[in-house]
Amino acid sequence: MSDQLVRAIADMREEEALTLVREMVASGVEPVAILDAAREAMAIVGQRYQEGAYFLPELMLAGEMLTQITGLLKPELARVPEVKRHGKVLIGTVKGDIHDIGKNIVTFMLDVSGFDVLDLGVDVSSPKFVEAIRSFQPQVIGLSGFLTLAFDTMKETIEAIEAAGLRDGVKIMIGGGQVTEEIRQYAGADAYGRDAMSAVTLARQWIGTK
Amino acid sequence: MENKLSPDEKREALWQGQLSPKDPAGNDLQFQSPEAKKAYRERILRIKDAIEMRRLPDRVPVTVFPSMFPWINAGMTVQEAMYDYGKAAAAFKQFVLDFEPDVHWGAAQVGPGKLFETLDYKLYSWPGHGVAPEHCFQCNEGEYMKADEYDALIQDPSGFFSHVYLPRVFGALGGLPMLPFLPGIQEIYGVAFNFIPFGLPPVQATFQALFEAGAEALKWAGAIGGVNGELATLGFPTLIAGFSKAPFDVIGDTLRGTKGIMLDMYRQPDKLLEAMEALVPLMIKLGVSSVQVTGNPLVFVPLHKGADGFISDEQFKKFYWPTLKQVLLGLIEGGCIPLPAAEGGYSTRLEVVQDLPRGKTVWMIDLTDMARVKETLGRNACLLGNVPSALLNVGTPQDVRGFAKRLIETVGKDGGFILSNGSFFDEAKPENVRAMVETAKEFGAYA
Repeated sequence: MSDQLVRAIADMREEEALTLVREMVASGVEPVAILDAAREAMAIVGQRYQEGAYFLPELMLAGEMLTQITGLLKPELARVPEVKRHGKVLIGTVKGDIHDIGKNIVTFMLDVSGFDVLDLGVDVSSPKFVEAIRSFQPQVIGLSGFLTLAFDTMKETIEAIEAAGLRDGVKIMIGGGQVTEEIRQYAGADAYGRDAMSAVTLARQWIGTK
Repeated sequence: MENKLSPDEKREALWQGQLSPKDPAGNDLQFQSPEAKKAYRERILRIKDAIEMRRLPDRVPVTVFPSMFPWINAGMTVQEAMYDYGKAAAAFKQFVLDFEPDVHWGAAQVGPGKLFETLDYKLYSWPGHGVAPEHCFQCNEGEYMKADEYDALIQDPSGFFSHVYLPRVFGALGGLPMLPFLPGIQEIYGVAFNFIPFGLPPVQATFQALFEAGAEALKWAGAIGGVNGELATLGFPTLIAGFSKAPFDVIGDTLRGTKGIMLDMYRQPDKLLEAMEALVPLMIKLGVSSVQVTGNPLVFVPLHKGADGFISDEQFKKFYWPTLKQVLLGLIEGGCIPLPAAEGGYSTRLEVVQDLPRGKTVWMIDLTDMARVKETLGRNACLLGNVPSALLNVGTPQDVRGFAKRLIETVGKDGGFILSNGSFFDEAKPENVRAMVETAKEFGAYA
C-alpha cells in the first residue's frame, strides 16, 4: 500500500493518494510509514522537476498533497522523528521586493532535496539576514529578487554580511527575474542561478552532498 | 462603412491616421517646427515598415520601454510620480526629449496614487502603501476568485467582475454586490424594487467613492495624456492604444493567483479551459475598443505564466496557447497590431507561437536567445528587444553598444526588428540607455 501511495503522489493522483492515506490510517499503519512514503514521493517529484518532466503545477500540487496528508495525520505527528538533513540554507527575498513565487519554489526544492531551509519571507532587510545567519548558522544563503531594485539591495545585503564578519563562513547564491552573471559580480555573490534546479545543484556542491 | 473594411484596410487606416495626426479639436496637429513634422512622419514609417515586414525601413528603429526609469532618472521617487501628476508628466516629456526614441509608450504606468487610496486598492502595494517611496508598485497575488466560482465566471464574466471580483480588490466598493439585476427592470410594476439598493448606505458610499475616483482619474488623465499630444507636436509619436491579456494570465495573475490556477489545472481542468474560452471575447473587445478610442494601432499583451519553467510544453499547448492565439487572431481581425511581451525566457515556446499571420504582430523578447527567435517566430513577426536590464544597470556604455550592435547585425539584418530593452526596468545608468539608442542611429541604417 505504501508503494501505491508513493506512486499516487508522484504521479499527481491527488484523490487516490488521499483515499489511500485515509485507508492506511484506518487499518492502523504507523504515521511514520505514511510520512516516509510521502517523503519518498516528494523526492521523485523533485527528481522529475530537475529532469524537466515536472513544472510548477506539479510542485504546487505535490506541496498541497503533503499538507493535506500531514493534516490527516496531525494527532500522530508528535511521534515522528526528525529526518537527518544535509545542511542548512537561509533564504529570502531582499529588501524592497515582495515577490515570492520563485523563492518559494526554490525553498520547496531545497526542502525535498534534504536541506534544512529557513525562509525569511519577502522584503527582508540586511540586519534581518545578518541576525538569522548568527542564530541559524547556515552554510548557504539564497537571495531572491524580481525587480531591478533588487540588484542594489542584494549588494547591500552581501556587504552587510561582510561587515558583520560572516561572509567567509557562507556561500551566497542569488536568483530571480533579471539576475545574470553581471549582477552576480556586481552584488558580490558566489553564484547565480536561473531556476530552482541550479539552487539545489549549488547547495549540493557547496555543502558536499551528492 | 467602417465595418466594411477588411482587417488589413482597418490597420492601414490607423497608420494613415497616425501619419496625419489631429489635435483634440479634430484639426490638423500643429507641429512646433518643420523638422518635428518631418521627424514624426519618418519615425512612424520606420516603425510601420519594421512591423509589416514588406520592405526595409531606412534604419533599425529604436525605443525605450521602461517601467519607472523616466521618473527615477529624473530624481523623483516613485511616490512623487504617482501623486504629483504634473511633475510626472513633465519628467516623462523630458525623458523622451533626452533619449529621443523613435516611439514612446506614454506615461500611464505611473497610476494615480490618490485614486488607489480612494478605492482602497488591495491587489497592489504602492509607495507609501506597503512599498518604500522610491520603489515601484508590486502585485499582491491572492485567490480573489475562489476555486468553486468558475461557473459564475463562465456564465457571466462581466457580472463576475462587477459583483464579485471588483469588491474584493477594491475595499471601497463593497456596495457593488448589492446592485440590482438590471435585466429585471422591465414593466412598470417592480421597477421601483430595483432601485432600492441605490438608497442603501453601503451602495451610496460605493458611489461616493466612485465619483471621487472618477474626478481623480480625469485630473490624472489630463496631465498624463496631455504629454502625449505635446510630444507629438515635438515629433515623437506613441502608437500604443491599450492592453489585453492571455486568458490564462487573467485567471492566473488576478483572479485565482499562480497557485490557484496551477492546482486547477489538475483539479478542474475542464472548468479552467471553459472559463478561458469565456474570457476570449472580452479580451478581444478590451484591445479592439482601445484601438477604436485612441486611433493607435498597438495593443500591449504582457505574457506571464506561460514562460519557460512555469509549465510544461504540453501544458502550454493545452492551457496557455489556444486561447491566447484566439485573442491575438481576434485582435488582428479587429485591425489591431498585438504586441505580446514574452517576459522571462520563451525558448521552449517559439515553435508553437510562430504560427501567426506575417507582419501583424510585434513581440517583445526578454531573456530568450535572439538568434533562435529570429529563425522561428521572427520569420513572420517583428521582434522588439532585447538589451537586458542587468546590462543597462551594471554594464558600461561600451558593453551596451557591443550588445546592441550585435543585435542590429544579426536580428536586424533583414528588417522586422526594433531595438529596445527586453524587460521593464526601473533603475539603469542613463548613459547606458543613451548608448542603446545611439547605437541604432549610428549602426542601424539599411544601405
